[in-house]
Amino acid sequence: MSAAALAPPISVAEDRYAQATQLQLTWWRFRRHKLAVISLFVIALFYGVAIFADFLAASDPHATDARRSFIPPQGIHLFDANGFNPHVYGLRGARNPRTFQLAYTPDPTRKLPVRMFTRGYAYDLFGFIETDIHLFGVEGGRPGESIFLLGTDQLGRDLYSRMMVATRVSLFIGLAGVTLSLFLGVLLGGISGLYGGWVDMFIQRVIELLRSVPTIPLWMGLAAALPRTWSVLQVYFAITVIISLIGWTDLARVVRGRFLALREEDFVIAAELSGASQGRIIFRHMLPSFASHVIAATSLALPAMIISETSLSFLGLGLRPPAVSWGILLQDAQNIQVLSGAPWLLSAAVPVTLVILAFNFFGDGLRDAADPYG
Amino acid sequence: MNLLEVQDLKKHYPIRAGLLQREVGRVRAVDGVSFHIAKGETLALVGESGCGKTTVSRCILRALTVTSGAIRFAAKEGEFVDLATLPKRQVRPLRRHIQMIFQDPYASLNPRMLVGDIIAEPLKVNGVPAAERRDRVTELLELVQMPPGARSRFPHAFSGGQRQRVGIARALALNPKLVVADEPVSALDVSVQAQIINLLLDLQDRLGLSMLFVAHDLSVVRHVSDRVAVMYVGRIVEVAPTDALYRAPLHPYTEALLAAVPAPDPARRGHRRIAQGDVADPANPPPGCAFHPRCPYAIDRCRVDRPELTPVSDGRWVSCHRAEELDLAGVR
Repeated sequence: MSAAALAPPISVAEDRYAQATQLQLTWWRFRRHKLAVISLFVIALFYGVAIFADFLAASDPHATDARRSFIPPQGIHLFDANGFNPHVYGLRGARNPRTFQLAYTPDPTRKLPVRMFTRGYAYDLFGFIETDIHLFGVEGGRPGESIFLLGTDQLGRDLYSRMMVATRVSLFIGLAGVTLSLFLGVLLGGISGLYGGWVDMFIQRVIELLRSVPTIPLWMGLAAALPRTWSVLQVYFAITVIISLIGWTDLARVVRGRFLALREEDFVIAAELSGASQGRIIFRHMLPSFASHVIAATSLALPAMIISETSLSFLGLGLRPPAVSWGILLQDAQNIQVLSGAPWLLSAAVPVTLVILAFNFFGDGLRDAADPYG
Repeated sequence: MNLLEVQDLKKHYPIRAGLLQREVGRVRAVDGVSFHIAKGETLALVGESGCGKTTVSRCILRALTVTSGAIRFAAKEGEFVDLATLPKRQVRPLRRHIQMIFQDPYASLNPRMLVGDIIAEPLKVNGVPAAERRDRVTELLELVQMPPGARSRFPHAFSGGQRQRVGIARALALNPKLVVADEPVSALDVSVQAQIINLLLDLQDRLGLSMLFVAHDLSVVRHVSDRVAVMYVGRIVEVAPTDALYRAPLHPYTEALLAAVPAPDPARRGHRRIAQGDVADPANPPPGCAFHPRCPYAIDRCRVDRPELTPVSDGRWVSCHRAEELDLAGVR
């Protein structure tokens, strides 16, 4: 029984496994979950849109124009007689003499060429780089003429451009809400799990109380309490706080559960017996062991946050115009009459559904991969 | 020279019920246990699951708060401190003298730490400088017969037996005066068990280890221990030097445990008296001798009168009314 006899034969592949950190093992397992990997790309794409929202927008999402309300989605024509020349047709608006509805007919004689990196309305890229370059747009054309990929709303605002800007608001409100919940959840869940006793009892009962309150009336009450005089930014912040007020309870329970389980774990007891301080036990042994679970729980909590914001805004309790979010875009689709005339307004539901699904698949995959030792 | 003296150790868990959480009963997990461990000696604590042996070991390590009794430990030469009553803050500096080997080598190593860091952790928290730590880890890996390359790998790269070696190396890192081994081989394959037992024997020789060896069957204990204490429902029923205990047990429960030791000779399998029934409930132990419902030799007195642990001959103690008259079967 010599040392050499016990030494396992070391191959390169085996060594790679033997020296793989937790992060690597998690990634290897996550990669096998195809749906989760696709979801990761979808989420990355969405956040890319959120970051470059103004750059991707074709026309000013806030510019109203009564003469171009309810324009249906426009198709891009890629070729004309001269070969490749992407363009949209100019529009001719005329009132229907029977219904008095404004109807638009494309005017094939007037081509508006679609070009990349055109100049449009001015904005601040990343909030500090002043520019007016946009990914695409039309050149020439009369004032007010532009490209309307997804049509316009009642006030003549380009739905596509609004959707880009709304993505930013909706995704970041989710992120901010989840960050706040995470902070509250880890703090209160940690205290609850670590100290136990009456502190644990108290926090758990508070969680149960919060969870037993029906959310919509609670939100309505809280949203109604927001002063009407508050600025868009203040409302934005307040809504984040309201949403995370409920959201933290789930995370707190996850954290508490992990603390309770880990406290009895042999390797934690071993650290305690070797004389390690409380701080070292928590930060060196316990936190790394459940960090992955918390991340997974967070990614599953994010869609709930986004849905919350969307439904709040949809009901008119959340963000208010002129702020643009998915919920506010869908607000326009509340009216059945409007909807029958302009069904494209409902397209704001597509990114909501997509991003929620992606987050759920991603969170599932992450949760499965989070514990490579389990 | 005694290293550890445990006297009348009790650990009770209250059973609470109702809205006001009133105490309605007690689980007497450990109910008056006394023993001692001399320097360089290995004492085995044996009993079935649920008899309180793990509780005893956790009390000695002060991973649990003791209900009553004394745990006197010779931290310095001839100077005893009572671990049972010492405040938690004063226990911490003594921790380095008593270390533990765990039962489950999969749960006892932090999967997120390199093997080298796991072994070095007790050194680090006790303020050993980095260079010295590195040398000591090399030395310890060699001591437990692991390749030096193991330090830069994670526990998931190793088998149960190899992990247990890492656990042993960690326990030995601080040169403890006493090692508490809580069933260190019961989670391992039989062939690996032998390797770990041999390693422990080797370490006893080389380091003069004092050890409390907790086990649930007598088959592994024979090789490592100098003396054996047999526990049943929170109490010690027999203490004896290992050879004497195996040759001629004095308590019927010891006999039953010995009968459960696998015998390589099929001819001897005929007359085994394996204990019937289950271990008594420590929340509601039977009156008299706790073993009497399972004991083939029980008389009326056993049902009412609880026997005390009394000395019989040189170093042998037993708690049985009929110890003198019975002729119990041992193993050779």
